Amino acid sequence: MSFLVDSIIMFTSQVLFFGFGWLFFMRQLFKDYEVRQYVVQVVFSVTFAFSCTMFELIIFEILGVLSTTSRYFHWKLNLYVILLVLIFVVPFYIGYFVVSNIRLLQRQKLLFACVVWFTFMYFFWKLGDPFPILSPKHGILSIEQLISRVGVIGVTLMALLSGFGAVNCPYTYMSYFLRNVTDSDILALERRLLQTMDMIVSKKKRIAMTRRMMYQRGEDHNKQTGFWGMIKSVTSTPPGTENNLSLIQQEVDALEELSRQLFLETVELQATKERIEYSKTFQGKYFNFLGYFFSIYCVWKIFMATINIVFDRVGKTDPVTRGIEITVNYLGIQFDVKFWSQHISFILVGIIIVTSIRGLLITLTKFFYAISSSKSSNVIVLVLAQIMGMYFVSSVLLMRMSMPLEYRTIVTEVLGELQFNFYHRWFDVIFLVSALSSILFLYLAHKQAPEKHMTM
Amino acid sequence: MASLDRVKVLVLGDSGVGKSSLVHLLCHNRVLGNPSWTVGCSVDVRVHDYKEGTPEEKTYYTELWDVGGSVGSASSVKSARAVFYNAVNGLILVHDLTNKKSSQNLYRWSLEALNKDSSPSGVIVTNGDYDREQFAENQVPLLVIGTKFDQIPENKRNEVLTRTAFLAEDFNAEEINLDCTNPRYLAAGSSNAVKLSRFFDKVIEKRYFTRDGNQISGFSDRKRFGAGGFKNLHND
Repeated sequence: MSFLVDSIIMFTSQVLFFGFGWLFFMRQLFKDYEVRQYVVQVVFSVTFAFSCTMFELIIFEILGVLSTTSRYFHWKLNLYVILLVLIFVVPFYIGYFVVSNIRLLQRQKLLFACVVWFTFMYFFWKLGDPFPILSPKHGILSIEQLISRVGVIGVTLMALLSGFGAVNCPYTYMSYFLRNVTDSDILALERRLLQTMDMIVSKKKRIAMTRRMMYQRGEDHNKQTGFWGMIKSVTSTPPGTENNLSLIQQEVDALEELSRQLFLETVELQATKERIEYSKTFQGKYFNFLGYFFSIYCVWKIFMATINIVFDRVGKTDPVTRGIEITVNYLGIQFDVKFWSQHISFILVGIIIVTSIRGLLITLTKFFYAISSSKSSNVIVLVLAQIMGMYFVSSVLLMRMSMPLEYRTIVTEVLGELQFNFYHRWFDVIFLVSALSSILFLYLAHKQAPEKHMTM
Repeated sequence: MASLDRVKVLVLGDSGVGKSSLVHLLCHNRVLGNPSWTVGCSVDVRVHDYKEGTPEEKTYYTELWDVGGSVGSASSVKSARAVFYNAVNGLILVHDLTNKKSSQNLYRWSLEALNKDSSPSGVIVTNGDYDREQFAENQVPLLVIGTKFDQIPENKRNEVLTRTAFLAEDFNAEEINLDCTNPRYLAAGSSNAVKLSRFFDKVIEKRYFTRDGNQISGFSDRKRFGAGGFKNLHND
């Protein structure tokens, strides 16, 4: 009986998540496009719903809601479904839509989509070889095989995004890095842009005029007959004209490239100017202040990651238990450990979940706006759904470390005996690489920008 | 090549509707082989015979400015784009017949281009709602072009054409529906070619021959004449 009630609760919450994913898709991602293939929207919402259900189950685990058996059952069910979606459904549809976009392969769409899917499965399987992620007692068709590979991909993604985000966040928040842009800079750049456009226009006019004259002379040329016609035909199209035209065309191409560069620079300057204005407001000052904190946090994280790798240690206790230990042992404050540990870990895990979901959705939206077009929007949304699914599965994997021991067991039980330590080590390595290369990248970009303006 | 000789027509519309292909077709009478992303603005020149077939026939070089981007871009991109909207003599609005949203976005596009003087940063002040009054006093000739005509299935054709007819009526403009990869739609003598010719004639007429012309001269004057709108500023 209680199992039935629990199932109804789970099902209702899943429907809610599905609805949220549907709305997000319609309102945010696809607000400039028309949804012609509803299958894409359904797949995206399903992925989102099942990923969120996993997080919900962790929360239920901590709070002790629902009976243990039904929780375990739902964990297993959820895991199977989400693996099914991430490994079979989404890649197949990605292949299908990619093939639909290519005109040559229109006839045998399904066949080619299956071919693409098999290629994906091959590489997916091969992914497991260089990593020590499985213990030898696992069979070839066990669920651990699939989860371990999904985990590797997801953890890599998480670490990359995390590393870049940790560096980029203080860089964008702090106004220390803002270049000084005045209105006259922007006006000067705009003037240059318009002058370049004028030059392009005048050259194109010349080409058009010359072409028209050639065409008209060509027409007259056809009408001329007889002796004078032959004489005229010798001088009608000077051999230099064709050459001349191609020279002008080359100049036009160079000028067009220049105009594109100038336009992009103008956009950048306008964006910087807006950020300067924003930093003078109250909100801007608040974010600037936050930026300093985040930069310290970022440096600390990089430091910790290096230490972990160099000294080959993996944290055994989670921050909650360690915090409680410190307070009890060093500060001598006595309180009901069991009660507080449950609530604090609930809050901590809740914050982690909410911020990671929100952060990921915002990043995905920005990414989507930047690169999608009307042709590729379906493919890109599905790729984003794939990334989202893998990201959430790996968050569950890594979150194990942030929870006290008594709550870890369910995750360990459900996901099977994976080498969790390996994932944490891998996360640290990729995080370090990503953070350091982001610092390098931002440094170069920052240095290059004022030089570009010096040459003006 | 003084600026007095220019006839400038803007070509606006969402990304991917086919503006670059359309401009190439209008200027070179050939189909564009490899359309690619337009960054910023790309200009092309169309040779137009004003009042063709009459004794007053004269050749004008009209510039078609194809501005890339989407209507939901960041405000920095919109401010950067606003520099192209100066001294516009005509406006071609392009939408994709297979995508309803691109037609709806045309209202916002036209407001962005025509309203640029009412706010210095070029950002749309209204919430994008259609305001008939603004279009009633508009002096800039408009033309609405629908692309990808060949991709509409036969049974949906009537519905789509009715919708676009309403759209063109809202803008008080003519409309042309075509497929940019097929020059047949603009073959000489077809009704589309006649509408196009009439549009360009109207643009040239407004530019050179009418007292109520809509010139804003040049770039620096925009700052001087501020919120004067685009009427009654003409240099003779």
